[in-house]
Amino acid sequence: MIKQLSVFLENSKGRLSQMTRVLSEADVDLFALTIADTTNFGILRTIVSDDEKAAKVLKEHGYTVRLNDVIVVAVPDHPGGLSHVLDVLTDSDISIEYLYSFVNKPHESALIVFKVDDVEKAMNSLNEKNVPLLSRADLMR
Amino acid sequence: MIWNEACECMSRQDMEDLQSERLRKLVAYSYDNVTYYRKKMDEAGVKPEDIKSISDLSRLPFTVKDDLRDNYPYDAFAVPMRDIVRIHASSGTTGKPTVVGYTKADLETWAEVMARTFSAAGVREDSIVQVAYGYGLFTGGLGAHYGAEKLGASVIPISGGNTQKQIMLLQDFGSDAIACTPSYALYLAEVLGEMGIDPRKDLKLKYGIFGAEPWSHEMRAQIEEKLGIRATDIYGLSEIIGPGVATECELQDGLHIMEDHFLPEIINPETGEVLKEGQKGELVFTTLTKEGIPLIRYRTRDVTSLRYDKCGCGRTLVRMEKVMGRSDDMLIIRGVNVFPTQVESVLANMAEIEPHYLLVVDRKNNMDTLEIWVEMSEELFSDEVKKIEEVRQKIKDNIQSLLGLTADIKLVEPKTIERSMGKAKRVEDKRKL
Ligand SMILES: [Zn+2]
Repeated sequence: MIKQLSVFLENSKGRLSQMTRVLSEADVDLFALTIADTTNFGILRTIVSDDEKAAKVLKEHGYTVRLNDVIVVAVPDHPGGLSHVLDVLTDSDISIEYLYSFVNKPHESALIVFKVDDVEKAMNSLNEKNVPLLSRADLMR
Repeated sequence: MIWNEACECMSRQDMEDLQSERLRKLVAYSYDNVTYYRKKMDEAGVKPEDIKSISDLSRLPFTVKDDLRDNYPYDAFAVPMRDIVRIHASSGTTGKPTVVGYTKADLETWAEVMARTFSAAGVREDSIVQVAYGYGLFTGGLGAHYGAEKLGASVIPISGGNTQKQIMLLQDFGSDAIACTPSYALYLAEVLGEMGIDPRKDLKLKYGIFGAEPWSHEMRAQIEEKLGIRATDIYGLSEIIGPGVATECELQDGLHIMEDHFLPEIINPETGEVLKEGQKGELVFTTLTKEGIPLIRYRTRDVTSLRYDKCGCGRTLVRMEKVMGRSDDMLIIRGVNVFPTQVESVLANMAEIEPHYLLVVDRKNNMDTLEIWVEMSEELFSDEVKKIEEVRQKIKDNIQSLLGLTADIKLVEPKTIERSMGKAKRVEDKRKL
């Protein structure tokens, strides 16, 4: 389980670069970053090296932020790797709110972030099926 | 049921005679006991003896809210403090509150007009009335409280807020009437729905006594449908007495003004000229019987019109049209009257958020457009698009049902909307008319 930091963004591009600047000035590294965009607003979702610190400095700069739990899975690099993970979740009756992928140097495989309705249950099911789950420490190596 | 037939069903001639007699006394009383009235009347060159009947009313100068502020806190009172038994105050958007004082007789009048109000709304001696207006300096709670008690109903003084407890009492205590703001009633209906409680089956609620903010006919329809009740619009303002100045009857066709106590006029807000029956303008009141803080031609800033024809309910009391807002901040969008306060009440009842908003009005292809900016807050924010879209849609739906107007809801980052000192900027009208 990893904390994900979400930030509300009006659709203004300047705010995004300003936000990344705020984080880099606070020495916070970004591991993963995606933007869910609608015509009306955007939600930036990110996994960072220090979520408490990131949330604090962003709030100080007037951003609306939220921290929540997500699961990061290393998907085996062979055909059907992702669908195996999805099957495990579906079989356990877990709904996926959204997912996105990112790459992280030391890891050969693609990393996928899952936001699910029941994090505990999802982790147990994935552990039982030997799907490797990553911690923040794994990302920082 | 009519609470006081003698007063509520009087002939026009009898009413005018009574009003004239009371007006003569009031003017002399105010001139003798309130310094700023004496000054105002002397400046206008009017003597109390010039006022012989209500047809002389327009010779008297107006009173405005600033007069009360200038005489803060007690200088507008006509009696010494030993005769004042209650003090209320309304918080202004700027500076000091407006203070009002009541004598024993004033409280008796207040209870009387509120008993008439509850009676017109359907409440009876055997009713159980849940008073969910705030108790305190605000006149809503205590005004409703003593009126319902005078009528002989059982009063539950729960005060405002605490929705779960309100619902528990509605269920367990069997309240058949509730007094609160209309937007709170709508909010209650929503929470009941979410909890799977069907008001028609699970509650005894039959009557709603709603006021203290402007609300539309659409919103009434929605409240009546969702709660399965009759929703009565009541009107009042603390300067005049509090709630109890006017109320709808079962016909819901205008609000009967308790004109034996509060004499209404409609004026052109720009010129001060008195307007005829049916013409829309600013509502002005003279408190015919008030002792603590008598008011002569007090400008309410509320916009409405009057009609004097006899109502189907049997009351002859003059009726005023439902008030939709203040004369100084009304907007007309696609022909619909819109008041920023209406938007505020919608937002105030959604989640526990501080409603920072801005109405942006524009005209595109000869069509007025309304965009409402709402600031994102931690309570509203979610990492899921779906949840934020739900909130946006809910704001849009509630605005639609309240205003009868489609608005675009734009969620903006916190502190985007300019905050000026004192009164916040609520409207940006970009239309070039
Ligand atoms: Zn009537």
